[in-house]
Amino acid sequence: MEDLKVKVTDLSLFYGNNQALKNITMDIPEKKVTAFIGPSGCGKSTFLRTLNRMNDLIDNVRIEGEVLIDGVNIYDRDIDVVNLRKKIGMIFQKSNPFAKSVYENIAFGPKINGITQKSRLDEIVEFSLKQAAIWDEMKGRLHNSALSLSGGQQQRICIARSLAVNPEIILMDEPASALDPISTGKIEELIHDLKQKYTIIIVTHNMQQAARTSDLTAFFYLGELVEINKTEIIFSNPGKKQTEDYISGRFG
Amino acid sequence: MNRNRKDIIIESLTGISVLLIIFIIVSILAITIKGGWPNLSWKFLVEFPKDGMTKGGIFPAIVGTALMTLIMTIAAVPFGVITAIYLAEYAKENSVFAKTIRFAVKTLAVVPSIIFGLFGLGFFIGFIGQNMDKIFNGGVMKWGQPSILWASLTMALLTLPVVIVSVEEAIRTIPVEMREASLALGATKWQTIRRVVLPGSVTGILTGTILAISRGAGEVAPILFTGAAYYLADLPHSLSDQFMSLGYHIYIMSTQSSNVDATLPIQFATTLVLLLLTFSLNAVAVVLRYRIRQKAK
Repeated sequence: MEDLKVKVTDLSLFYGNNQALKNITMDIPEKKVTAFIGPSGCGKSTFLRTLNRMNDLIDNVRIEGEVLIDGVNIYDRDIDVVNLRKKIGMIFQKSNPFAKSVYENIAFGPKINGITQKSRLDEIVEFSLKQAAIWDEMKGRLHNSALSLSGGQQQRICIARSLAVNPEIILMDEPASALDPISTGKIEELIHDLKQKYTIIIVTHNMQQAARTSDLTAFFYLGELVEINKTEIIFSNPGKKQTEDYISGRFG
Repeated sequence: MNRNRKDIIIESLTGISVLLIIFIIVSILAITIKGGWPNLSWKFLVEFPKDGMTKGGIFPAIVGTALMTLIMTIAAVPFGVITAIYLAEYAKENSVFAKTIRFAVKTLAVVPSIIFGLFGLGFFIGFIGQNMDKIFNGGVMKWGQPSILWASLTMALLTLPVVIVSVEEAIRTIPVEMREASLALGATKWQTIRRVVLPGSVTGILTGTILAISRGAGEVAPILFTGAAYYLADLPHSLSDQFMSLGYHIYIMSTQSSNVDATLPIQFATTLVLLLLTFSLNAVAVVLRYRIRQKAK
């Protein structure tokens, strides 16, 4: 049996009086890819953002329940959110490199962690770009602006940037939804490589993508977790009718 | 038919209004350039006034204006930037406190400048300055009188809203995705502001600074009671000295001079210098602001 990385128990989230997530309970294994699927507005992105406490940034959000990462409840009062987020990288739907050079983008995380030695930073930048499989494309243009790159390259720069702080978990919020098929293919390949080292949780609209990249798939509907199981089971023999209807394209 | 005629009338009216505005600005420029240009020379810029200001240059007024705007900037910009950061990053959008600050900033922006002058006289000179003299100077008058420091601080209060509004606008153009990227990497809020938000707002901070300078360089009322001098044979050497200023110089030459006609050429030339200074500063601010708006799109 695989090791458990994230254990969510009875998690509910409210925007004001509006309940966006309803009593979600799930286990996410270490060094696997777990995909969240479901129609728009089903709460899958909101749920993803509870795992690194990104929802803290929004006023008027209330969270009940427990999220254990390596056995520690990240909603405990004495948890340092800043340290928590260093452990959990996040890739956003819209690639969001800083208006800085490629090098400075990757070095951002290490620098805020107090690494100032040039040789050490060079090493981290090279290592992170190599891990994100974009070193060969970038090594000659490290000091060009990251904004001058293509969308697919920008997204891989963002992945490299999150790897540079040495996270354990990488959250991806529809990372390829704005990309062309070739760039999407590269991101998917990358996800496959990265799961050797990292626990990856990916929200996707694209069911083929979930089927291709993930080991486990969770189906969300109207703020509830309908079911979670091995990806091949979800896509061949789902336990619930709702899931079957959704993946066969009957709604959503 | 009837509607058509209405359209023509409205169109003509709006056209005339626009022409009127152009006419006014062209007239101001034409009169100032015509009267001032022949008297403008290098000597005029670098000499002291002579013979009851009927001859010589405006050097001390240029230096005084420059020093005053410099001290004003040092006081107003950091304070304004910090307030803008608070409003854009820390204040809850609808909190009573933030609303109060915004209301105060808006009110400050419409207070007549002479009121700032009176406030400066009462608060900086009468209250702070005189108490400083009592406590540190054994009652000897040094700070409790008009000086370049008090004039600059009074002007800083006047220009503060300009700085706050431009900087806040610039900070708000930084997309939320950039902040999220930084926070998700484990940056603290302050690290995010310092390394992502502020570097992206540099042009906005510059615009605010330049607008403040161009506003402050031309104003007379706030410095009238707080530090501007009629005539000084020497440049200011310390913060407690008085100073000459371009705007005030024009005012005294045209109203207080014993021979107004004799000072007329110098008045024109001084006005031209002041206009060129404020116009060029505004032009730089307009270009910077245009760039920010382009970037925001």
